Amino acid sequence: MRLAVDIGGTFTDVVLEIGDPRAGGRRLTRKVLTTPRAPEEAVMSGTRAILNDANRGFAEIDVFVHGTTLATNAVIERKGAKTALIATEGFRDTLEIAYESRYDQYDVFIEKPRQLVPRALRFTVPERLDVHGSVRLPLDEAAVRALVPALRREEIGAVAIAYLHSYANPVHELRTREILLEAMPGLSITLSCEVCPEVREYERTSTAVANAYIQPLMAGYLARLRDGFAAEGFRGTVYLMTSGGGLTALETARKFPIRLVESGPAGGAILAANIAAERGEDKVLSFDMGGTTAKICLIQHYTPFKSRSFEVDRAARFLKGSGLPLRIPVIEMVEIGAGGGSIARVDELKRIVVGPESAGAEPGPASYGRGGDRPTVTDADVVLGKIDPARFAGGTIHLDVESARKALDAAIGGELALSGEMAAYGVGEIVDENMANAARVHAVERGAVIGEHTMIAFGGAAPLHAARLAEKLGLDRIVVPPNAGVGSAVGFLQAPVAYELIHSRYMRLDEFDPAAANALIDEMAREAHALVAPGARGQKVVETRVAYMRYVGQGHEITVPLPVRALTAKDADALRTTFEKEYAVLFERHIPGAAIEVLSWSVTVSTEVRRPEPVTPPDRQPPPKPVGTRRFFDARLSQHVEVPVYWRNDLVPGSTVTGPAIIAEDETSTFVSATFEAWLDAAGGIVLERKTSTSRPRAA
Amino acid sequence: MSSNSLGQIDLQIMWNRLIAVVEEQAQTLMRTAFSPIVREAGDLSAGVFDLKGRMLAQAVTGTPGHVNSMAESVKHFIRHFPTQTMKPGDIYITNDPWMGTGHTNDFVLTTPCFKDGRLVALFSCTSHLTDIGGIGFGPDATDVFMEGLYIPMLKLADQGRMNETLLAMIRANTRLPVDTEGDVYSLAGCNDIGCRRLVEMMEEFELADLDTLSGFVLERSREAVLAEVAKLPKGSWRNEMMIDGYDSPIRLAATTTISDKGIHVDYTGTDPQARHGINVPIAYTTAYTVFGLGCVVSARIPNNAGSLAPLTVSAPPGCILNAQKPAPVLSRHIIGQMLPDVAFGCLRQAVPDRVPAEGTSCLWNLNVRGMVKGGEGGNYGFTMAVTSNGGTGARPHADGLSATAYPSGVRGTPVEIAESITPLIFWKKELRPDSGGAGTHRGGLGQIIEVGSGVDMPFDLLAAYDRIDYPPRGRDGGRNGAPGYVGLKSGRTLKGKGSQTIPPGDRLVIMTPGGGGLGDPRQRDPQAVEQDVAEGLVSPQSAQETYGLQRKAAE
Repeated sequence: MRLAVDIGGTFTDVVLEIGDPRAGGRRLTRKVLTTPRAPEEAVMSGTRAILNDANRGFAEIDVFVHGTTLATNAVIERKGAKTALIATEGFRDTLEIAYESRYDQYDVFIEKPRQLVPRALRFTVPERLDVHGSVRLPLDEAAVRALVPALRREEIGAVAIAYLHSYANPVHELRTREILLEAMPGLSITLSCEVCPEVREYERTSTAVANAYIQPLMAGYLARLRDGFAAEGFRGTVYLMTSGGGLTALETARKFPIRLVESGPAGGAILAANIAAERGEDKVLSFDMGGTTAKICLIQHYTPFKSRSFEVDRAARFLKGSGLPLRIPVIEMVEIGAGGGSIARVDELKRIVVGPESAGAEPGPASYGRGGDRPTVTDADVVLGKIDPARFAGGTIHLDVESARKALDAAIGGELALSGEMAAYGVGEIVDENMANAARVHAVERGAVIGEHTMIAFGGAAPLHAARLAEKLGLDRIVVPPNAGVGSAVGFLQAPVAYELIHSRYMRLDEFDPAAANALIDEMAREAHALVAPGARGQKVVETRVAYMRYVGQGHEITVPLPVRALTAKDADALRTTFEKEYAVLFERHIPGAAIEVLSWSVTVSTEVRRPEPVTPPDRQPPPKPVGTRRFFDARLSQHVEVPVYWRNDLVPGSTVTGPAIIAEDETSTFVSATFEAWLDAAGGIVLERKTSTSRPRAA
Repeated sequence: MSSNSLGQIDLQIMWNRLIAVVEEQAQTLMRTAFSPIVREAGDLSAGVFDLKGRMLAQAVTGTPGHVNSMAESVKHFIRHFPTQTMKPGDIYITNDPWMGTGHTNDFVLTTPCFKDGRLVALFSCTSHLTDIGGIGFGPDATDVFMEGLYIPMLKLADQGRMNETLLAMIRANTRLPVDTEGDVYSLAGCNDIGCRRLVEMMEEFELADLDTLSGFVLERSREAVLAEVAKLPKGSWRNEMMIDGYDSPIRLAATTTISDKGIHVDYTGTDPQARHGINVPIAYTTAYTVFGLGCVVSARIPNNAGSLAPLTVSAPPGCILNAQKPAPVLSRHIIGQMLPDVAFGCLRQAVPDRVPAEGTSCLWNLNVRGMVKGGEGGNYGFTMAVTSNGGTGARPHADGLSATAYPSGVRGTPVEIAESITPLIFWKKELRPDSGGAGTHRGGLGQIIEVGSGVDMPFDLLAAYDRIDYPPRGRDGGRNGAPGYVGLKSGRTLKGKGSQTIPPGDRLVIMTPGGGGLGDPRQRDPQAVEQDVAEGLVSPQSAQETYGLQRKAAE
């Protein structure tokens, strides 16, 4: 019996699997309100509730997988420990000098993100390593000891140590920790060379500081949770979901809690990867649209793309550079301010602009009737007829169409001389276009051809917008999976136990040094295996290795897979060939004769992923009887048309519905545009497929 | 009406798409560039133009000095290569300071974009290359011919065939042949990507040409800027600002006129062009002036020929802001970047609440070069521009930003990256206490940078600094920011401009200026002063003497 709990901002999602749900087992789900002050309370109460539903006990849980926004929220709300930074003398302000730039070119009034460690708590000691890791100035140990009284006086809860070039040689950071621990046993200390052994001092320092900042809080939370479960008789294994999409053991999570940031969205991507595998979809665009944001992620060969950098707590409009950078392995995602609650307005150029400002749950969209009078995407969907006002959110919120129309009229229709319906259409088009642009840019950065992908749409608002988005991107197929509302928690139960280590070490291919590379990789592999072993509990593990390479002098690195064996001098040629091939995929041409260098190396150790067996497509059947019709405004025809509404639960595998149509369920509705037909597959997913007769009228 | 409604929504969508297309073009350039100042610092520009050479969209990524100057450049390209002669596979190139973006280090490439055999648009881009020969990246030249390889309007590619003669000339005239040629390819590649995306968009929307879209974008943008201008008081305001110059001070004078037709800045009264390479071609003068105006007046309106049209600039030929060929112009950014402050000085008389105090404004880059340990590459085995900055001016209702580029849009260079490219060791890079001009709102702080050779060899600094003799001025009772400083650790002061050698064993010390303060320091919130003291940004002494903080609180 396996339990997954995902703590989100509003809800804590609980999923219990008894046996394998794909092979006759059961899956139960529960949503309880998150308890921000003591998040473990919602975890406990939700777990008790679901066990009660299943008539089981804590002792019967074999595996408990947990993901939480606690780490992210601690940073965003600045609720972490009082943290000190110890840096190289002369570099007290690396955090504050940061990129020396403004994230908004034209706005002279921007404020920069507030750093987690104020200047008064940023200390420095004499020491210096150079780019090769050689000691240029030995560590002044007396200066380290001299910091102890200040750390005590300030009642510091955590310390981050980040020296220049420590990725090349950890010796000074290690020694500093030893000295501090002698004087202050039990002090929570993060070393930049352990949490992020990569070049670029600002990102490395920022990552180390964030890890230190949340460590005491996360350690306390994880201990309370473990004790709480133990007290109820739980004897199974606990895993934590990481941002990179792998599970990790409790001890590792306590050491590097920064890796728990953004674990919820990672769960969603894992779910999408499994849905892809279940349907044999090799290239997938996962599209998760909720109340305030939309997240887009590319998945190939059932594996989400990874990235090594992330920004937390962006101050302004999702603008790059306005947050705190973290350099950790993450599932690569673009997130934009486009959700059901995103507010629409007209800007000074008389353009319709949607988001990133959101009406949230309070007051919510105008149609909620809770005092919101600014039009949102949900309001536009209601006016167009995509949402059944009586059935929204399982009928718990009754939507008022007239309020929605009034808000659209006031904010947009009046300004632009558009009817309420046309204004609603414009809002929908703009938000869909924003998401399409984000998806296109993301695909380009990855050298992927967007039109070759199948979309997997989940989250409350995604099924309403998936068809139009697919039209804009030229996609032929969309899957709307079942249980989309608790998708991340379901994804947790499908993730492998895994850990990825990345380490910077320069090496030019024309001076390829296989011995040095092997020494580094072997050391990383040993460490990664050691970190995974406690969680893997004897399961078979696989190891993958990659090098991050670039042309000497260029900034952008390309991931090149390495063989899992000792490298030899001959491998340099193969690496060059692979690099040039990848480069040409991304940038059209490679550069003849230019030298190539390796910047960083990565080793991932993971338990084998259990891929679901592909389901066979069912025979097509006629649709069930519609439960009704709805008046939908068709902007191209400039009139209302009646579209049939089907109840998702009435569909059986193979049931085929021709668009335009609406397939309604408790949590959301899937809008099937005239471009698509839809059928239910054997695993319960709604599949939208472009009609064969339709010749891709993408703009129409 | 409803098909009009639909058309209006479609045009908006296409406009958004056009901006996304050029953003992709710029991102591609940034990711493929070799020049560190492009890849790490974003010193580039990218845009799409109609067949009349009017800019329709420009990437947000990039730096303001290229706004407008690149836009003008495309008109020059069309004059040299009339549109009817353009062929698929052609690429045009120049680094002419008067037809490009103001100095020979910037290559501008323009590529005609065809759909179904028909010319539909032009893509243009520019980036700053690390080395283009000559005496190197500093202001010491006394004419433009000393400033490196000068590429007139040429074809880089003719119907898909690269101009190998030109590429050989380029390789032979730079200290970094591989990087420089790589950057040329990178510029060409990003235009290709832009063109491909544009054609895809035109297919999707079934457009044969961009005429309707172009008219819509330009007209809508122009009207929006005029609507913002209409909200401003009308009249003329004058401002003067003194700056260090190369070896004697220079007066920058401006008259800004706000009328129904837009905003015009005229630089009559500005000193004549100088003997050394700090002169500014008019396109670059226009670029930074218009950028400054844009920040105050039309910050949310995208850049294009329509939005730029109501903002105009003039300067008498032969003055330092309209330097004439063959004047040396390599370090034209020093003065160019001062121009928003000059315009702000006019605007603050009209709209004081929207305008900051003076800031450092010009970049305080460490343009360094020297020998590497093995001696490869001769005297200049390494060359690098390490980007760094001083403080910005205090803003109405907020302090200035410390160690932050304004108006330039570039990013600072990480120390660990600088040390991986050069054999230098940075011993200090830290905020400079007491450098922010005191005021009700304090200016941003500068920084102290200390650098030595890691291989015990001399290295050169090609200094191109200002605000040493004339620091950023405070306003409304706010104090000036701290002046900049360049010197040796052993004590000798160095010049703010020109090539100088740092001997082995000594260290270069640079203190970048702080931004000017705004309002009487004694009106500053005492808690803010106390916090500045606790953080070490303001000394206890200055807290007492300048801010009037009680002695007890200051300790």
